[in-house]
Order: sequence, then structure tokens, then C-alpha cells
Amino acid sequence: MLNAEILEILSKSRRFGWVLEPDAKRILSLSGITVPPFTLAKTIEEALKFAEENGYPVVSKVVSPEVVHKTEVKGVVLGIHDKAALAETFHRLNSFDGARGVLVEKPVQGIEMIIGAKIDFQFGPVILMGMGGTGVEIYKDTALRMAPITPEDVLSMLTGLKAHRLFTGYRGAEPINQDALCRMLVSFSHLIMALDETVSSIDLNPVFCSPESCVVGDARIMLPS
Amino acid sequence: MNYKRLLQPESMAVIGVSLHNNRHPANIVYRKNRLRYHLKVFAVNPKGGKLQGARVYERLGDIPERVDLAIIAVRADLVPDTMAQCISADVGGAVIISGGFAEVGQTILQDQLVEMALAADFPFIGPNCLGVFSPGHVDTFFLPPERTVQPEPGNVALVSQSGGVLVDQMINFADGGVGLSVGISIGNKALVDEVALLEYLSTDPGTEAIAFYLEGFKKNGGRAFMNAACRCQKPIVVLKSGKSPEGGRAVSSHTASLAGDYAVFSQVMAQFGVIEARTQFELVSFCEAISCYQDTINGNIGIITGSGGHGALTVDFCASHGLKVPLLSQGLQSELTKRLSPSVQTIAATGNPIDLTGSAVDDDFVAAADCLSQSPEVDCLVLLVLPYSPGTTSDLGARLSEVYHREGKPMVAYVPNLERYRMLIEGFELNHIPVSPAIEGAVLMASAMRRESC
Repeated sequence: MLNAEILEILSKSRRFGWVLEPDAKRILSLSGITVPPFTLAKTIEEALKFAEENGYPVVSKVVSPEVVHKTEVKGVVLGIHDKAALAETFHRLNSFDGARGVLVEKPVQGIEMIIGAKIDFQFGPVILMGMGGTGVEIYKDTALRMAPITPEDVLSMLTGLKAHRLFTGYRGAEPINQDALCRMLVSFSHLIMALDETVSSIDLNPVFCSPESCVVGDARIMLPS
Repeated sequence: MNYKRLLQPESMAVIGVSLHNNRHPANIVYRKNRLRYHLKVFAVNPKGGKLQGARVYERLGDIPERVDLAIIAVRADLVPDTMAQCISADVGGAVIISGGFAEVGQTILQDQLVEMALAADFPFIGPNCLGVFSPGHVDTFFLPPERTVQPEPGNVALVSQSGGVLVDQMINFADGGVGLSVGISIGNKALVDEVALLEYLSTDPGTEAIAFYLEGFKKNGGRAFMNAACRCQKPIVVLKSGKSPEGGRAVSSHTASLAGDYAVFSQVMAQFGVIEARTQFELVSFCEAISCYQDTINGNIGIITGSGGHGALTVDFCASHGLKVPLLSQGLQSELTKRLSPSVQTIAATGNPIDLTGSAVDDDFVAAADCLSQSPEVDCLVLLVLPYSPGTTSDLGARLSEVYHREGKPMVAYVPNLERYRMLIEGFELNHIPVSPAIEGAVLMASAMRRESC
């Protein structure tokens, strides 16, 4: 089920205990899950080249096996509008302990959701979906299902959230693309069933859901010790 | 594995009876089965002799007839050898009452039993358990019968990881009028566990609903249980202990933090349509409901009451248990009003709850139940019957039951639990309408019918 590239990424990540964001996004992308256009820039030139080809603004993030929670150490910079700002950001992020480059990617808009999975001792792979962002553990508005799940399960998870009206067009807003969300969760369900005990948990947080699409903003795959 | 001879034995050997202590667990099992059940019972002790006037066999192999079930009540270190004797004597299965295995860290000794049993295709329950209570057939519980209360034979199977909780629940079943098909205490569940029994019970013709008390699943055991639940057409209730979060465990991902053991358990149960009981009271209420009704409802409740306050409390309980109490259509309300006694017509509330007031007579309750049962606006009735109301009689339970048997719409009843209301309560219960002594219990019974299908 898992292709050679995914297995190779998992194998080389084992010594860190988790999969770095660019590698995690590569695994997702190989599994049919939408991620923004991105590059792992090792040099300032690579970062600038990506921005020129894809256009400003861009987002930059630290890539270091020593930084699991990037926001808490100001390792994420949004809304970089020009060359000078990108160059300055690159230098700062690339000087973090253990930095292996800087992830530069296109920004994404939408409601912030979390999609996650963990390998439960009693139930095996389980899937979580809910309100995402940095407040995820404050709101605790999530639904859980044993994998594999169907599109019907995704809709019932969505309906079970306190925030579900936000997704269906609250106060004149357009509803999110539920088909895209269903597709993402079903692909994610296939992925976690295939990964099974090679991982311990996965956070896709935030996942940006808009009327057009659902795109993974950040991804972290934790490996078993 | 075939559990037939283990769970429905025609003969039983009790291995490890005491020749001088009649309170020994094995002696209690031996005595109660000899006196109260039809199966043949043999006592085994290497010293031989006589017990209660009957021969004690020195060895299992000395018993002149085929033995279906062996009760093993010897010291833990002697259990493997005893089981080997059972296997070579072609016994159909064993209940190992003895403790001293995984529960005290002796996992190697316990694993040895499992290996032997798997190699010989020999089912056993336990160790460290009470075993099997099958009304009218066999009772391996080492509890003197005068100290417990036994439920009537019925269609609900009860499987428990704790013998004590099982006995408690059986008392509650007897009290709530829930009949039991079989009660099984699985103890350390070394071989026969909740998954094996769920698979067995899902095809057992005497069982129409299955209840579990569990303390935990082994690795991936919850997944195996859900897969078995999905294949089972019968309603399943689970009461699980160990719900409190594990404090202080550091987790590095949001998902691991948000998907704690209890959150996963609870939501996965709901995903597969397994009813989660949070308390022993809920377990009994749910079992009362699913012993009578195996089909599911959408959860639109019609409430019929003789008191406005009872109706209002019921509406609140419905809301907190996810049930709807829809306002009835004008058409239905006027049809209902026409069928009520003239004195009640002018004072009854018919929106839902239908409050027939303290002036109602039996005919008013029956008319209201009839109307709601024939209407698609509700799919379950909650009847709040207050026998102290002067216009109603003891016949009301039986008369309302007739409405169910005529129309087929499920109904549950609340009746205050007083001995003097017994005939009314039995008018419901003996006609398979579940009754709760608490308003919330009646609402819980209705909520048990509203569940996902797998």
C-alpha cells in the first residue's frame, strides 16, 4: 500500500521521532491529499526563486528536527510580501538550532480545521476532525471515528461538531466545499490504515477549508519511540 | 471453538470439592446444581469418599459418563494438570474458578492454559471468574442461592469482566423485570473473551439483546469487538469502567491529547450503534428497552401524562438525551381531542406532551395512545402513568399494552414503584412493555432505541 518513497521518508525520520513538515507534506501529496505549492529552500536563492515563480505573498516556516511546535518559538512567518522581507526571514529561520532549511509556500485561506489520526491501543487507527488552529485544545470541538471511514462518516462527524454551522454557510458566508473535505478525509483514512503502527499520531492542523477547496496548512507525523 | 457443551451442558464435573468444608466454592456449585438443575453432577477429589450422600470420584476419568462441563476449583498450580485431564477425557469445556493467575502477575501460568486449550480446541472461561448462569440449565456461581436474587429466564445475555458487577446486575435485572438468557463472568478472559462471546451470542437463538460490563480491551481488542458488533444484528449495550483521563501523560500531538481513551471508546461505540451505558442504572434501563424492542427509532417522542409536571420533566430529559418532542399537528390534536371524555376534552393539553390531567380515565389514555400510535409524527411513546389519579384503574397497564400489540409502535412507561401498583406494572411488563420507576429511566429506555445502524 505504501510506496517506496513514503517508506524511505519514514525510515530516515525515525531518528528524530517525527516527520518534518516538508516530508510530511510530501507523504500527504503522494496520498492524494492537497497541500499548497511549497519548497524546502536550503539557500536564500532557492527561497527567492520559489517566490518569484509562484508570486508574493509567501509563508515561511522553520524546518528543524528540534522544533516540533513552530508557532510557539515564532518559527512561522505569514504575509511575506517582498524580496527583502523574505531574505530577512530566511536568515532568521535558518539560524534556528538544527535548521535544515526554510519551508517557503503559498498562503492558503479558509476556516481552520484539524484532521488527525492516532493509533489507539484498543481500537487501532482512529480519525479525528474538528475546529482547528492554535486554540484546538481549548475549544475541544472534535469528532472521532474508528478508521476506515466513509464519506457518510465524514458528514456525520461534521454534523456532530458544535461549530458545524460555520461550515454550512453561517451568516451569509458561503459553505465550505464538503466534497473536498470528504475526499481529503477518505484519502487520509486510507493513508492511516496503510501506515498503521509505523506512526503513532498525525496532526494536520490547520487544514484550510473554503468554498473552493480543502488544503493542509501544516502537518506533523509523530513516530513511535 | 464450539461453546455448546460448555454453555449448555447436560453433565458437569466439579473438580476440587472439599470433603470437610461445605462452604468451599466447589461444594456450593456442586450442591446447588444437584438440587436445583436437571443436569447430572459429579464431584471429584483425589481422596475419594462421599459428599452429600453421593460418590466422590478420585479422578475425572473414573466418571462413567461423558462430561460436558468441568468446574475447576483447585489451586492455581494444579490447574494445568487438571485441564490436561479434562482434555484427555473429552470434556466439552471448563469454567476455571480458581484465582492466582494474571490478576496476581502469574501470566506465564495463565498463558500455559491458553496454549493447551488452543492446541486441543478446548474452550474454557476464566480463570478467576464465576462462570456461567443459564436460567433453568446450569449455575456455576459459587454463591449460595439464598444470598442472591436471580432474574427470570429471558432474552438478554449479560457478559461481565467482574463477577461482583454481574451479580449486582442480575439483581437489578430481577428488580427491573429483565429476563436473562445467560449470564457469563469472564474473569481474566484468558481464552474466551468479550469478542468470542459476542460472536457466539449473535447467533444464539435464545438471545435477542447483549449487554457487557468491561474494564478494558486488550491491544486492538476494541477494534475486534466493533467488527463483531457490526456483524451482529442484535442490539448491544456496553458499560465500561475506567473512564477517568490518565492524568499527567505528556502527549506531543493535538490528536493524541484530544483522542483520550474514553473519548475514543465513547465515540467509536456510537459510530457502530453500540449503546454506551454510563451507569449501572442506565445499563438496566437500556436492557429493559432492548429486551422488548430490537428495532431502532429516529427519536421523535410522544409523551402522554396525567400530570403537567411529569410531562415537563420528561421533555427536559428527552432534550438532554438527544430525543425530540415534536409539536403535534393541528389535525392530529383535534382528532385526539374528539376521542377524549367530554370532561377531559376542555382541559387536556394536546400539543405534546399530551396532558390528560388528573381527571383522565383509562379510556382517555388508551385513546391518546391509539392516536399517537397511528400517526407518523412520533415513533415512540413515553407513558407517564400515575395510579394515584382517581379515574385510572389497575387495568391500564394491560390495556395500553394492547395498543402496542395492535399498532406496533414502541412504548415505554413510568410508574411509581409502589407495591400497591404491582398489578398495573405487571400489566405492562408481562405484556413486554418496559416500565421504569424513574422518569429519566423511561426516557433512557426510549433513547436506547435511537442508535446508528452499522
